[in-house]
Amino acid sequence: MGTGTGIGRVRGLGSAKSGTHHWWLQRVTAAGNLLLLTWFVVSLFRLPSFDHKTVVQWIDSPFVAVPLILMIVNVFWHFRLGLQVVLEDYEHGATKIAGIILLNFYAIGGAALAIFSVLKILFGGVPA
Amino acid sequence: MARNSARPLSPHLTIWKWGPHMLVSILHRITGAGMATVGAIALVWWLAAAANGPEAYETFLSWATWWPGYVVAIGLTWVFFQHMASGVRHLVLDTGAGYELRVNKLGALATMIFSTTLTALVWALILVRH
Repeated sequence: MGTGTGIGRVRGLGSAKSGTHHWWLQRVTAAGNLLLLTWFVVSLFRLPSFDHKTVVQWIDSPFVAVPLILMIVNVFWHFRLGLQVVLEDYEHGATKIAGIILLNFYAIGGAALAIFSVLKILFGGVPA
Repeated sequence: MARNSARPLSPHLTIWKWGPHMLVSILHRITGAGMATVGAIALVWWLAAAANGPEAYETFLSWATWWPGYVVAIGLTWVFFQHMASGVRHLVLDTGAGYELRVNKLGALATMIFSTTLTALVWALILVRH
């Protein structure tokens, strides 16, 4: 491994082989969002009301709970990728690293809470 | 990146005349960040309240149906459709299409027409049903 110039250090190591991974996942989750959120918005619109009983009865079916969980994973993943780019554009050094760590805590924590809530309703933990 | 503040920075943001494409570009970022914060918290709150039981859900509803709740809901509706439309525009631009000046400008304008029209339509239907 060369120790002099930058090119010397890079030579022989090759790329990290993950240059487009983030970009590509952003697009894949975008396509997923398009499908899942269209379903979600149309479904919400078709609900007769937004009272507790109606909402709990709506979620209490695998054909609602499963797409809802997929939507939560997809949405939180998509915005985790997006906000990472925003942080990388405007923050540098330690602030950027701390920001991305907090972003991960926020995205994973929020998604976990949302998924748990759906599962609790689905598995009958909430009397309608 | 550390910048030597003694060196001049070439003017960029300040020297361009604003156009729809610039507006839509920064709106995509703002609407995305808005949904990732306000939208995501509202979604988690709604689901957690429903899972918690009728009382927690009532608390959520009382906030959501207070007038600032409606302001946020109408705002999020527009933000959602705007981000969706400019997101689809980005997927088209990713293929290398739509960079001609006229087409690019029209595409940018179309996203804002789409989001404003759908927001108006959705809330008009909600008003009619109530």
